[in-house]
Amino acid sequence: MKITFIAADGSETRVDAAEGDSVMQAAVQNDVDGIIGECGGSMMCATCHCYVDDGWTEAVGGQQDGESDLLDCAASEVRASSRLSCQIRMRAELDGVVIHLPESQL
Amino acid sequence: MQRIVIIGTGQGGQQMAASLRQEGFQGEILMLGEEPGLPYQRPPLSKAYMANGNAAALLLKPASFYERSAIVLRDGVRATAIDRAAREVVTGDGARHPYDHLVIATGARNAPPPIPGLDAPGVVELRSLADAERIRRRLAATRHAVVVGGGFIGLEFAAMARAAGVAVTVVEAAPRLMSRALSPEMADWFLTLHREMGSQVLLDAPVAGVLAGADGRASGVVLADGREVSGDLVLMATGVRPNSELAEAAGLACANGILVDATLATADPAISALGDVAAFPGPLGRPLRLESVQAAVDHARHIARRLVGGASAPYAAVPWFWSDQGKAKLQIAGLLTGADRTVVLPQPEAAPVVLLFRGGHLAAVETVNAAGIHMAARRMIGCPLAQLEAHGFDLRAAMKAAA
Ligand SMILES: Cc1cc2nc3c(=O)[nH]c(=O)nc-3n(C[C@H](O)[C@H](O)[C@H](O)COP(=O)(O)OP(=O)(O)OC[C@H]3O[C@@H](n4cnc5c(N)ncnc54)[C@H](O)[C@@H]3O)c2cc1C
Ligand code: FES
Repeated sequence: MKITFIAADGSETRVDAAEGDSVMQAAVQNDVDGIIGECGGSMMCATCHCYVDDGWTEAVGGQQDGESDLLDCAASEVRASSRLSCQIRMRAELDGVVIHLPESQL
Repeated sequence: MQRIVIIGTGQGGQQMAASLRQEGFQGEILMLGEEPGLPYQRPPLSKAYMANGNAAALLLKPASFYERSAIVLRDGVRATAIDRAAREVVTGDGARHPYDHLVIATGARNAPPPIPGLDAPGVVELRSLADAERIRRRLAATRHAVVVGGGFIGLEFAAMARAAGVAVTVVEAAPRLMSRALSPEMADWFLTLHREMGSQVLLDAPVAGVLAGADGRASGVVLADGREVSGDLVLMATGVRPNSELAEAAGLACANGILVDATLATADPAISALGDVAAFPGPLGRPLRLESVQAAVDHARHIARRLVGGASAPYAAVPWFWSDQGKAKLQIAGLLTGADRTVVLPQPEAAPVVLLFRGGHLAAVETVNAAGIHMAARRMIGCPLAQLEAHGFDLRAAMKAAA
């Protein structure tokens, strides 16, 4: 499965992910700058904030319980498409998903 | 400054190297770590890793990160001495590594009580990936695990083992669980939770020794009062001791950790210390040593800013911590040390929210599965009690009003 990350400066990185991996894990394991994931996906840190591309918001789905509370503390602007990337799990329908990265996570 | 050496390639050591580059440090960075492989996260070892065994998911960064960041990482190499006069670190292979600045990030190791029988096969501890791999391999054949120590790691393991269908007995010497870091009110709630998950929990139950069967393998433990608890796996989870011997041998002051000042520097201006091994000035003027990802990471960022930018503002990050036990995600903001007043807010069908105050100011907040309240708490630590009272102790409301 592929994920495309688009950084705040427009640069693109395409990475491979396995089913069940979180988008945060895929970013960290492939050294994508712009996702930190300090708490390792425990929904504790909001340093994995991302924006889901307009074409993918439906497939990805909305925020989980508690996610918006954490996003309140995110470093960059929170939008309707904001998600914690550690809470997005890869599955077949998300192959090719496009994720935009915020300007900063801290 | 040309060359920074970091001893220890754990959570804090890795962050130290990464933060130095983020802050724009152009010189050489050398990391020396005794464990094999790349730096990894420990928290999942007692949580997700026990269930899924996915070691790759633990890595803090892939190998490519160290290459592109020009960070030299020597794994499987133990630092054996610090020569402060020459400004060199000596490693087990006899090599000497010169430094302009040295960061000690050696973490902590397990501290089992001095009881007989600890070397029997079947007695395990959980600090490193190697430990966790060993336990995972054994777990499939384990019928009954005895967990010695009712702290975070022991209880996280107990929850995982129960989920895997293993019978579990937790034996704790203190009269309650997680007594070092949690209020009695919250500890009570977790006691009920673990009993509901099917673990047997014995309090006031110090262990006197490990029992062994005819084959020499551990077969359980004997308590100080003579009671015996049988089990085929014994996890020793009785707390840790800082790895400060190197620093001590080099003449740096140590007392339950390497003593550092409010900028995380030791008395030697060329040496800093961070994370589990560092004891820094705490809220009551006493040295404080924290065992958490937050402390290791925030310490590293603070030291990097000081070394690169020259800023020496005192370290003042709000501590936070989490622990996943079954379905309960415990979150703690602040420190309960010296708390003199507790406000318990019962929640229908859920764990209470516990607010702890010291000298009329919010010192710590404990929540379970309540990320929003926890995040508000992190911002409200230090807030006067009266101000929170005016909002009926609703931290989110108080935070919005203060914004
Ligand atoms: C099972 C487990 C679960 C945890 N769960 C949580 C949690 O949920 N939340 C949380 O906040 N924290 C948790 N922690 C604690 C957290 O992992 C530590 O606080 C954190 O790793 C501390 O970072 P550190 O860099 O100080 O030490 P470490 O990450 O322990 O790294 C120290 C490294 O230094 C190496 N070293 C030691 N001496 C030498 C030497 N002489 N030469 C070379 N290398 C040396 C060690 O081998 C080790 O690799 C957990 C810890 C464990 C073990
Ligand atoms: S990695 Fe910490 S909240 Fe997602």
